[in-house]
Amino acid sequence: MSASMRIINGKVYDPKNNIDGEIKEICIQDGKIVDSVTDEAKTIDAKGMVVMPGGVDIHCHIAGPKVNLARKLTPESRRHDVHPSTPFTRSGSGGTTPSTFAAGYRYATLGYTTAMEAAVSPIGARHVLEEFEDTPIIDKGFYVLLGNNIFLHNLIREKRIEEFDQAVAWWVNATKAYTVKLVNPGGDEPWKGKRNSNVSDIDEKTDESGALSPRQIIEAFVKTVNKQGYPHPPHIHCNNLGHSGNYKTTLETMKTAGDLRAHIAHIQFHSYGGELGKNPISKASEIADYVNNHPNITCDVGQVMFGESTIMTADAPLAYVLKGHSKGKWVNADTECESGCGILPFSYQEHIYMHTLQWAIGLELFLLSEDPWRIVLSTDHPNGGSFMAYPKLIKLLMDEKFRREEMKRVNQKALLKCSLPELKREYTLNEIAIITRAGPAKALGLETKGHLGVGADADITIYDLMDDKEMMFSAPRYVIKSGNTMIDNHEFRTDSNGKVYHITPQYDNKIEDVLKPFFEDYYSIEFANYAVTDHYLHEHEIIKTN
Amino acid sequence: MAEEANKKTEESKNMKIVENATCTFCGCVCDDMELHVDLDEKRITKAKNACVLGRAWFAEHVIEDAPAAMIDGKEVTVDEAIEEAAQTLVNAKFPITYGLSDTTCEAQKHAVAISDYIKGNIDTTTSVCHGPSGLAFQGVGESTSTLGEVKNRADLVIYWGGNPAESHPRHFGRYAVTPKGMFTPNGKKDRTVVLVDVRKTKSAGVADILIKPKPGKDFEVLWALRALVKGNEISNDIEQETGVPLEVLTDLTERMKNCRYGVLFFGMGLTMTRGRHFNSGALLALATDLNEYTHFVAKPVRGHGNVTGADNVVAWQTGYPFGVNFSRGYPRFNPGEFTTVDTLSNGDADAAMIIASDPGSNFPKKAIEHLKNIPVVVLDTKSTETTKLAHVAFKTATYGINTGGTVYRMDDVSIPLRPAFESPFPEDEVILKGIKKRVRELTLKKKHSGGASGEAKVAAVNPL
Amino acid sequence: MSNKMMLIPGRSSKQGTSLNQGKLKEEYQKVTSTLEMNKDDMDKMGLIDGDKVKLSNEVGETIVSCLGKKPEDLSEGMLFIPYGPPSSQLMTSDTAGSGMPLSKHMMVDVEKVKN
Repeated sequence: MSASMRIINGKVYDPKNNIDGEIKEICIQDGKIVDSVTDEAKTIDAKGMVVMPGGVDIHCHIAGPKVNLARKLTPESRRHDVHPSTPFTRSGSGGTTPSTFAAGYRYATLGYTTAMEAAVSPIGARHVLEEFEDTPIIDKGFYVLLGNNIFLHNLIREKRIEEFDQAVAWWVNATKAYTVKLVNPGGDEPWKGKRNSNVSDIDEKTDESGALSPRQIIEAFVKTVNKQGYPHPPHIHCNNLGHSGNYKTTLETMKTAGDLRAHIAHIQFHSYGGELGKNPISKASEIADYVNNHPNITCDVGQVMFGESTIMTADAPLAYVLKGHSKGKWVNADTECESGCGILPFSYQEHIYMHTLQWAIGLELFLLSEDPWRIVLSTDHPNGGSFMAYPKLIKLLMDEKFRREEMKRVNQKALLKCSLPELKREYTLNEIAIITRAGPAKALGLETKGHLGVGADADITIYDLMDDKEMMFSAPRYVIKSGNTMIDNHEFRTDSNGKVYHITPQYDNKIEDVLKPFFEDYYSIEFANYAVTDHYLHEHEIIKTN
Repeated sequence: MAEEANKKTEESKNMKIVENATCTFCGCVCDDMELHVDLDEKRITKAKNACVLGRAWFAEHVIEDAPAAMIDGKEVTVDEAIEEAAQTLVNAKFPITYGLSDTTCEAQKHAVAISDYIKGNIDTTTSVCHGPSGLAFQGVGESTSTLGEVKNRADLVIYWGGNPAESHPRHFGRYAVTPKGMFTPNGKKDRTVVLVDVRKTKSAGVADILIKPKPGKDFEVLWALRALVKGNEISNDIEQETGVPLEVLTDLTERMKNCRYGVLFFGMGLTMTRGRHFNSGALLALATDLNEYTHFVAKPVRGHGNVTGADNVVAWQTGYPFGVNFSRGYPRFNPGEFTTVDTLSNGDADAAMIIASDPGSNFPKKAIEHLKNIPVVVLDTKSTETTKLAHVAFKTATYGINTGGTVYRMDDVSIPLRPAFESPFPEDEVILKGIKKRVRELTLKKKHSGGASGEAKVAAVNPL
Repeated sequence: MSNKMMLIPGRSSKQGTSLNQGKLKEEYQKVTSTLEMNKDDMDKMGLIDGDKVKLSNEVGETIVSCLGKKPEDLSEGMLFIPYGPPSSQLMTSDTAGSGMPLSKHMMVDVEKVKN
C-alpha cells in the first residue's frame, strides 16, 4: 500500500495516550501507526514542529442537496475566492460553501482529515454520497434526518416501539448513515401543513393525540439509538434555536436524555436567556454547568465568527425568521414525508448586539468547559462561519491578550450581558488537540481517529510551532492521510479520495411490509428505488454497533 | 383474447421483465416503469405505466446497425476515436463542452473533469432551457419542494407558461393533480388547478381556471399579482396592458393567499420570452411573498431526464450550475459569455464536444453556422443534425435503457437507473473516462515537457 | 401578400414521440415543419390545411405547411410550431447576456408559397 515512514524530533500531542508535547517518534506502515519501522523508511524531521492527529470535524455542512442549493444561490460569494487547479488537484471555488474538491482540499490544508456532514434527508442520501466521492482526501460520514419523519412519528404516536426500533435501523441502513439527526423535532408539520408555524415548547402538543410533543420525539430516538448501540448518539439540534430564553429548552432536551448518551449540536445557538422578543443575554454558564456535570452529554459549540456565513439548516422555520431580518434572497426546500431546509446568505457583524453576544457565548462555553473531550470545536460550518476560520478561533482560545483586543472591537453592550471579559483562561496545545481531534473522535466512536497510538489511522498533521497560533494552524507543513503525504512543505503532492464511514444496525426485514404501503401511498419515488445501494459507497468502512 | 395471445408469444420468447425501471425522457423521471424486454431481439416490447412519450422512448431505442465510432464519416475503432477526440480538445485554445442533459451523472462528472484539465468551457442545455430560472434563483432564491409534497399537500396548483399535457404527460396524474395524498385524500377534488398560457393547449382540460395573458406580458401579470398579494391597489387598465382583467387577478390573489399549500409550476413560456430571468424571478418572488400568508412553493418544470443532474454535478464540482469557463485554471461563471449559444455565435469556440444533445437542430442559425466550421466531437445514441457535422462521432448506448447510473428528477431527487438490455455500443461514461485519461496525459506532458521530473510528475498523478 | 405574425415554437406530443424515432427521419421532419395557424387568418390568406407558407424575419426563413386551429385555441396573429430545425432558422443568436436566445414570440412575415 503506502510506503513506511517515520516522523522524528517533533513535539507530539496525543491526548488519548497522555502525550502532551513530548518529543517522540511516530512510525507509519501501510496507512497505520505502528511501533517501529525499518531504517529504509522515509523520514520526516519535525524539529521545531508540533505533531498532532489529523483534525476531526464533528459537525459541518459540506455535501448534499441543501449545500448544492446554497452553492447555486451564491455565485457572488465564490467569485473572488477562486481555487485553481494544480498538476495534482482539481479546481473549484470557495466562499462559505466551497465546491466539493475545494472543500476537501481546504480541510486538508488546515490539517483536518475527517469531517461529518451533519444533516441529510434520507431521500438526499444518494446525492450526499455522490458529492462525497468528489470530496477528496478527508474521510467522511453523515447524520440522517429522522426527527421529523412522518412514518416514524406515526409509530411514536401509536406507541409501536418495537416497529419504531426496526424502522429507525432500517432507515440508517438504507441511507448508509452514521447516526440519527434530529432538527427542531416536531417543527416540520406546522411549517408545511399549518401555514408556516412552528413549535416553541418542548412539551407542546403537536397534534390531537398529545403523544407527539418534541420531548416525546426526542425521548423515543434517544432510547432507541442507545439501545442499538450506535458509536455516536442521536445528534440533536434543539427546538427554539436562536430565540431568547431558549436555554430552558436546551436544558429540558438534555434532561430528556436522562443518563443516556446524546449529542447537542452547535450548543451556542441554544444558550440564550432573556425574554422572547427582546434581546437575549448569555446563559452559557448554566449550559456549560449541565454539560460539565453530565458525562453522557457531548456537544459541539457552533462558534460564531465575524464575517460572511451561509445559513443552511433543516430548521426551515428558523431560516424564514432570519430572512425577515436580512430581507434578502432565501431558499426553502421541503422534502416529502421527511424533512426540509432553509438557506440564506448571512453575515455576523461586530457592531450588532446579537452577533457579538453569540460570539461571546461561544467563547464562554469553551472557556467554562471543564471537559474539553465533551465540548468540542465547531462553527456549524457554514452557519456560524466557515471552517477556514478555525485557526482564528484557536487563537482566540489560546491567546487571552488577542481575545481582549478583539473584545474592544465588538458591541460593548453585549459584553455586559455575558461573563466573557472575566474569563482569563487560555487553552493549551493539549486542550486544542482534544477539542479538534481526540474529543470529537471519541464522541463519534471512531477508535482509529484522533490519536497517534499504535493501530490508529496514520492521519497526521505537522505544524510549525509558532507564537501566532492563527498562522500556525492555518498552514501545516505536512499533512499525512492514511500514511500518504498529501501536503509536503505546504504543497499538495498527490490526491486521494477518503472513505465513507457508516453503520449497519440490525433489523428484521419484516419491517419492510409496514414501510412499503406507506411509501406507495405517500412517496413519489418507488420503494425499490429509495434505499441507496452499496455501489455509491466506493471506499468505505462499517463501524460496529453493539 | 388478444392479451392471452400476446402473453403466449411472450412466454415463447426470451423475455425479461424489469420492474421499477426509470424513464428518462422528460424531467418527470417516472421510476415505476415495468419493462418487458425481448432479449433476443434486444428491444422493449412493452413499457407499462409509461406515457406516450415514454413508450416512444423505450420502443424506439433499439440497437441500430451503425459504426460505434467514426472520424470524418469513416469507421474507426473506439480507441482511435478517443485518441482523436482527446487530441482535438487538447489542441484547441477555447474548447467547449455542451449538452449533458441526456446522460448519467457518472458520465457528466467525467465531462467536467475533462473541461477542468483542458482549461476549457462547459455548459449544459440548462442555458437554453431553465438557465434564466437559475439566474433568477441567484437573485431571489426559491421556495420549493419535492413532488411528493405536492401530491400530499397541494390544494392550489398553478401551471404557468407550460403545456404538461404534451411535454410532461404524467405530471398531472403522478404528481400534481389527480393523485390522492396524505392531506389530499380526494385527489383532484381537493385541488384547484389554474393554467396560465398565451394559447389554449391540451393542458386546458385539467384546469379549473384558464388565464390567457398577451404574449410577452407575463412579467407584468406576475408583478401585478405581487402587488395585490402585498395589499397594494392595481388600476383597471391592467387588462388593457396584459389581457387579463383585474377581477381575475384579484380572484387568483385571494385563492393563493387562502390556500393551505400552493404550488407554481413554470416552463419555457417564461424563460424563452422577453424578460427571461426577470419573468422567472417575478414568479419565484411571488411564491416567496405568499409565504407571509400560507405555505407556497414554486418549481421549474425541467425538460430532459437528467438536466437537473447536469446542474447538480457542474454545481458541486465547480460551484456554478452552467456557463462555466476554466481558461484561467479555475471555474468562472458568466452567462452570456460562457454559455454555448454565445461561445458559438460569437465565434469564440475553436473546438466542441457535444454530449447527448442536438444544437445542430435547435440552436440559432448563427451558432449552427459556426459549429460547422470547427472540429466537433459528438456522443449520441442516434443520428442527428449535430452528428452529421461531427469530426469525431461516437454512437453510444442509451442511458436508462442500456446503462445503469444516476439521474436527478426535476425536483432534485436522485433516482437510480435499471437497464433493460445490453448494447454493443459504448456508454458515455466509458468514452468520457477514456478521453479524460488521455487528455490528462497530454496536458501534463504539455506542462512538463522534457526531463525526468516531468515524467515522474505525470506518473504520480492519479486522475480522479 | 405577406402578414406579420407571432411565432411560438414549443413542444408537442408528436414532436416528442417522433424525435425518439430519429430526428433525421421523416416523421420528425414532418412534425417540426407543420405550422398551426388561426383558422380565420388562414381564410384571409386563402390557405387550406397542408398549404405551404414561407416564414421569414431578419434572421432567416423557412418553408412549412399549415394546419388550422380554432380561434379560441390560437388567437389571431399567433402561430405555433413544434420546435426543430425549421423554427431554429428564425431564432436570433443575441442572448442579451443571459445565454438564452429568444426562442418564442418572434415576429415573422408569413407568405403563401405558390405550388
